Amino acid sequence: MMTSLRRSIRPEQVRELILILVIVALVLFFGTQVEGYYSSRTFTRISTSIAVLAVVAVGETLVFLTRNYDLSVGSIVGFAAFFVGTQLSFYKDIPPFAAVLMAVGIGTLMGSFNGVLVAYGRVPAIIVTLGTMAIYRAMLVEYPGNKIVQMSALPIWAQEFSRVNVFQLEDFELRLIVGIALAVVIVFQLVLTYLPYGRRLYAIGSNPDAARIAGFPHQRIVFIAFVLSGALAGLAGFMFMGRFGNLTVVAGMGMEMQAIAAVVVGGTSTTGGVGSAFGTLLGASMIGLLDQSLLRWRLISEFWRDALLGLLILLAVAGDRVIVDRVRTLWARSELQLRPSVATVRQEESVHGS
Amino acid sequence: MVHSATSLPQRFLGWLKSWEGLLLGLLIVVLIINSSLVPAYLSVGNQVNLFILFIEKSIIALMMTFIIINGEIDLSVASLMGLSAGTMARLFELGVPSGLAVVAALCVGLICGAFNSFWVTVVGLPSLVVTLAGMIAYRGLVWVLVEDRSISVLPAWLNDLGQKPIVGPFPFALLLFFTLAIVGYVILQYSGFGRLVYVIGINSDVARYSGVNVRRVKMSLFIASGFIASLAGLLYAARLGAMRSSTAEGFELDIITMVLLGGVSIFGGSGSLRGVFLSILIILNLRNGMGLAYLSANVQTGVIGLLLILSVLVPNLASSLRARMARRREMMRSLEMAESR
Repeated sequence: MMTSLRRSIRPEQVRELILILVIVALVLFFGTQVEGYYSSRTFTRISTSIAVLAVVAVGETLVFLTRNYDLSVGSIVGFAAFFVGTQLSFYKDIPPFAAVLMAVGIGTLMGSFNGVLVAYGRVPAIIVTLGTMAIYRAMLVEYPGNKIVQMSALPIWAQEFSRVNVFQLEDFELRLIVGIALAVVIVFQLVLTYLPYGRRLYAIGSNPDAARIAGFPHQRIVFIAFVLSGALAGLAGFMFMGRFGNLTVVAGMGMEMQAIAAVVVGGTSTTGGVGSAFGTLLGASMIGLLDQSLLRWRLISEFWRDALLGLLILLAVAGDRVIVDRVRTLWARSELQLRPSVATVRQEESVHGS
Repeated sequence: MVHSATSLPQRFLGWLKSWEGLLLGLLIVVLIINSSLVPAYLSVGNQVNLFILFIEKSIIALMMTFIIINGEIDLSVASLMGLSAGTMARLFELGVPSGLAVVAALCVGLICGAFNSFWVTVVGLPSLVVTLAGMIAYRGLVWVLVEDRSISVLPAWLNDLGQKPIVGPFPFALLLFFTLAIVGYVILQYSGFGRLVYVIGINSDVARYSGVNVRRVKMSLFIASGFIASLAGLLYAARLGAMRSSTAEGFELDIITMVLLGGVSIFGGSGSLRGVFLSILIILNLRNGMGLAYLSANVQTGVIGLLLILSVLVPNLASSLRARMARRREMMRSLEMAESR
């Protein structure tokens, strides 16, 4: 019984289960603290805030899987949001489809700049993205125009964008933004699980040298991971613009920290090779939930948000190192113990048989 | 450093061709351009004034050199600057004697440094992640302390210390920087501890197997980094005469650029304070020059970011080009040999 259970459940799944339980506990806890917490309005507010973060964080997950970091995503989100917002307020007849494409295109371009430098220029990702974080932000600030995008200047469809539902059941509403985020998570979960490209990301992250020797196009895989991260940040930028409408030059600032927090809390290893898009969604949910709930919790000031976020990252990473690694070795050991016993049984059978 | 038995001029020429020589050339170019834009640019008074604008970052860059050579990184320094300034300002505001407030702020730096070092050395987490979390958390604590206000009532003696020169034109922070630079240089190049910093940076496993107490070295470096960062935070608040929650936000970019542009390898094990000193001079003169050319602070930061990337990309490209040329030369030689046979 125990062994079959152990075989069908991986340690990563136990971790995700724990995360779900923590999220449920948090919801129950805040339900007792905040008045009118269980309402469709709270759900909409929290879910839309999770949605933007989740899309960025899924891109960050891909980069993390290859043992790299992308600190520039916050600036990419900001630039894409700002650029598309400015264009839309000047040219009101741009169709929604073209606007999305524009945002994703900008993100792709910026991501590929990161990717070229990391994969082909062999510059460590931390340096490249620390640099491009500043460069992209400078591009945003210096972008000609009046440094501000106003909701009222946007075309009607963009103003309505954040209130469009994909699904509605009486009071309960599932916003289009949330639907997009869920679609992104599902697509990338499938890519990571079933496509050769997804599996190669894990291979590179768990042992870059072995992956290179095995003949994987190492540089191209890392490059594409950065491109995808940029593209998703661009898409998130579009969602960001739709959600807030009013933008200043600090749009998306600090988003990279939240995304990294979501990725790490979601169980992706900081040394590559372990993680999933679904875990990242859970991580993003937890951070979005805390973020939005702390705002409404009377007992402590909202200024505790970042301090708690930092602590959460540390605890998640340390918990991984101390607990999950131990569980993993325990799992592996029990597998090893299982095999010799099967072998001895066979041996005994053959002895008796002869 | 390789000390070969060559004459002094030859060694000097060799040094000029190295990274540090390149930095010196770059510095001279920047200085020439700047002094052509502004008369009396190179006067002592102007250079001192320039240096003071970057003095806190420069002090931290000295410490960061040790950490990066040791193969680690500390991204939490800028947040710690804010936290120490916030602690001091808030305590003083609440009526705590100024001396005690300053000591408490320095203690906060020590504690946060010890906190970072605990996760890195005892739990064994990568310092990048630990100090990234620290960067968020310490900045969060500043927000808790001072919220969205600005505190401009600081101890008078601290303001004087930050703003008034004590010896000639030099204020306290500048003297402290030069003292720390000399002490740091001696420790890094000539002491046993300095050697250990390099050895661990080259390969910490080998160092551990040879009996080096890796944990103790790393711990003392992170604690020292926390202390220096909190000291720099106090100096910064003293110089500006005020602090708010966003004080020193984003300083880590400049600091890390100073260190890496100075020729310190991000993978640890190589680099020197001489190079870092040169790159500090370059960055502060470059930023000033861009200011003279009416570029905004954000563009300046963008250029620094570009410089950071280039400081690693250029040596990488050069080394791969050199390897390719060596391979081609090898191939030509073997072809010639085959022909002559």
